[in-house]
Amino acid sequence: MTKEFFNAKAQRRKVAKFINPFKVGVLFYIFSYFASLRFCAFALICFFTIFTLNVNAQIAVTGETVWTMAGEPIMNGVVLVNNGKIEAVGSAAQIKIPANYKIVSAKVVTPGLIDAHTVIGLNGYLNQPHDQMALDGSSPMQPELRAIDAYNAEERLIEWVRQFGVTTIHTGHQPSALISGQTMIAKTFGRTVEDVMIIPTAMIAVTLGDGALASGGKSPGTRAKQAAMLRAELLKAWEAVRKADSARNNQTTMTRTATGNPSNNNDNSPNVSNPNSMLNNPPTPANQNATVQPQTSPSPPTDLRLEMMQKVIRREIPLLVTVHRAQDIMTALRIAKEFNIKIVLDGASEAHLILDEIKASGFPVIVHPTMYRAGGETENLSMETASKLKAAKIPFALQSGYEGYVPKTRVVLFEAALAAANGLSKRDALATITIDAAKILGLDSRIGSIEKGKDADLAMYDGDPFEYVSHCVGTIINGKIVSEVTR
Amino acid sequence: MKLKFFSVCAVFLFVCSNFGQEKPTAFINAKIIPIVGQPIEQGILLVQNGKITAVGDARTVRLSSDVQIIDLQGKLIMPGLVDTHSHVGEGSGADGSSPIQPDVRLLDSLNARAASLQRAQAGGITTVNVMPGSGHLDSGQTLYLKLRDGAKTVDDLLIYDKSGKYLGGIKFANGTNAIRSGGGNFPGTRAKSAALVREQFIKAQEYREKIKKAGNDQSKLPARDLAMEALVEVIDGKRTVHFHTHRHDDILTVLRLQKEFGFKVVLQHVSEAWKVADEIAKANVPASIILIDSPGGKLESVDVSYTNGAALEKAGALVGFHTDDYITDSRLFLRSAALAVRAGMSREKALYGMTMAGAKMLELDSKIGSLETGKDADFIVLSGDPLSVYTHVLQTWVEGKKVFDRSDAKDYLTAVGGYGASGDRIIHIDCFDDDFGGEK
Repeated sequence: MTKEFFNAKAQRRKVAKFINPFKVGVLFYIFSYFASLRFCAFALICFFTIFTLNVNAQIAVTGETVWTMAGEPIMNGVVLVNNGKIEAVGSAAQIKIPANYKIVSAKVVTPGLIDAHTVIGLNGYLNQPHDQMALDGSSPMQPELRAIDAYNAEERLIEWVRQFGVTTIHTGHQPSALISGQTMIAKTFGRTVEDVMIIPTAMIAVTLGDGALASGGKSPGTRAKQAAMLRAELLKAWEAVRKADSARNNQTTMTRTATGNPSNNNDNSPNVSNPNSMLNNPPTPANQNATVQPQTSPSPPTDLRLEMMQKVIRREIPLLVTVHRAQDIMTALRIAKEFNIKIVLDGASEAHLILDEIKASGFPVIVHPTMYRAGGETENLSMETASKLKAAKIPFALQSGYEGYVPKTRVVLFEAALAAANGLSKRDALATITIDAAKILGLDSRIGSIEKGKDADLAMYDGDPFEYVSHCVGTIINGKIVSEVTR
Repeated sequence: MKLKFFSVCAVFLFVCSNFGQEKPTAFINAKIIPIVGQPIEQGILLVQNGKITAVGDARTVRLSSDVQIIDLQGKLIMPGLVDTHSHVGEGSGADGSSPIQPDVRLLDSLNARAASLQRAQAGGITTVNVMPGSGHLDSGQTLYLKLRDGAKTVDDLLIYDKSGKYLGGIKFANGTNAIRSGGGNFPGTRAKSAALVREQFIKAQEYREKIKKAGNDQSKLPARDLAMEALVEVIDGKRTVHFHTHRHDDILTVLRLQKEFGFKVVLQHVSEAWKVADEIAKANVPASIILIDSPGGKLESVDVSYTNGAALEKAGALVGFHTDDYITDSRLFLRSAALAVRAGMSREKALYGMTMAGAKMLELDSKIGSLETGKDADFIVLSGDPLSVYTHVLQTWVEGKKVFDRSDAKDYLTAVGGYGASGDRIIHIDCFDDDFGGEK
């Protein structure tokens, strides 16, 4: 890139030289020049220089070890990046690097890291009221709160994690209310939320247990009340879906999406076709608006809250249920079964006590950070939960989670490192922050591994990425080098 | 029956307590990083009566015939870690009544059975400065503790000087933590914070003067004042100030106060040390740093940097580390040193910082901080490189007694977590199992 840049400068100097005659008024000379072959050649060079300086740079990333996360790691590997996508990946012997590709080398190359659950972008590093936007305390259930309306793409914590190789985050409202709001999925480089967004509404954040208890006589004041309130909310949405569908069925012969009574329909087991992927059909802004509205008139007034919960009933969006105690995990599973909805278990400190039940549910787990603090309802957490989930063959990913104080965010790279030191293999630990996280977010066809056609999101390290004393030396997002600091 | 039980206990106790005294123990074949002195491959650490009696290798250390041998082939031995600032043990300090409370002692609040103390042992910490919080300009007196095993009360953890006085410092803080917008008697600004502290130290100087003038005349002595007594210890250099300070201007304020009143001070946290490393080194004041996973979380730590260790080392300052547990986990204390090395600190100074520098900050360097003959047998056994994420603390020894063993089921639970890991310790005397009737 730098080389082209200097060439361009040299060309600009040439122009200056040729423009001199213009200044002294020799117009004829200029006209003849413009018509000359020499100028045409120069214009062509300028055009290509600008083209190659653009976002769509062609890069060859070489690594002594390339963890593709699709098969075995490649020794002396090469990843060709073109037009924001991965063009080819293989060993140096297999892949010839085209002459015009900028070569970037590192000891270890991995897919760009994915943080399966964080709150950065909504919550900022200052931890002052004006930059803490992941919780509105006015009501215990607000599924209508969109993460995209609060996301600050230029927040310093996003830059911080990007410098450690994190390229995609699942972020949103924090786990501190029964329903705190929506979550979203974004790349970690860009100026606006529109620039970075992958999925604007990914999940709805629900919290059961101590974290969402209200005090002073307000509801929910107990765990049982939390469950009752959440069930009532789901029941309301279920009724609305049933009404909408039956109204439509009166006019058309469309298939039913919600039938029977959720409270006594025992057949409504969580029938998740691909439990790894909770977002099989990620809604895009376009098809989000295409939610089913009754074809009959008059159409009911738009209720933002009800609209979101209907999507849950229709299994278009999962609930991200933050739970730590075993009894709270069971409550989440019970409610998911009752309403036949999709959920993702989050935190799950005591998951190691009820592995069989979680496994049977088919739901994935975004487990608490390995270094999460043990205390209160997390007192029984273990650094080995990740390895136990792996052994039980439960789909799971790691996360940086929500932090209320110092550190304001964790870094998933560090959390996976500790998991690798506590029972997970290096490969499995890396999977928790790449391909396995992508699967749970329903994005494994696009990110999470280094494969031809996927987004060119890469992280580069000067040694074992998990070692404390190694550094992340570069991050690439959508084919663009977005970090070159040594962190 | 009961008598029989007690006599069995007595025999067991006698055997236990005499076991270490009778025989020396040699830890052989491990790599030894003594901190003071060069690392030794295939080293020998000889321990007797809770003290180190020799450090070296097969050529330099002679083993007597009665020596008990513990083979640690492939393992690594280094001194027990010194945490200069922690909140393990559920202790408390000052209350909300006033911003400066030198009379309040953490001693009067510590839960010696708290799980957090065990977690510190699992992290290889053998000596710790346990402090009250930082929501006050002065939140009270701190405690220097040895993390001995089986402690029933705080008394079992104390460290005494030759005169029989238990050791500890005093906690001060500046910056935003002690500033309360509500007013009352708490400061509203940084300048007010400094003024309030100076006022108390001047009062202490006057109090000391009165005592001095009274001489042997008891009738002229001022009325005893617990707060003043503690502050007089401070200005006499008998009680070190552990000063919570983050921002570079707050750090310089501490140096200014230190110069004015001449107390011994350890800078704690020093988030912006990289901005004033030369000033810290020039003042010859030690600094204990903390490495956290991201900047911010509070206004005064937005510019915290992993490079603090490297910057202070380069400037020539004495650098130590602390967990501030529960801000960072005591079980992962070594990680702090490793992250400092990640950002350019030398491995040698980082490991020195985890041990000897901390010992110096607590003025215990004649007893702990390195593996040298005559020092307390406080050491840890690691599975590998101290700065590797994959390394585990396998054993922690305090004064020749093993206080943590990763191969023991209960200790393993403490080390990695799990059901019941956070519960208070059930006390049992060394040789007893709980089932045998140990006190619960």
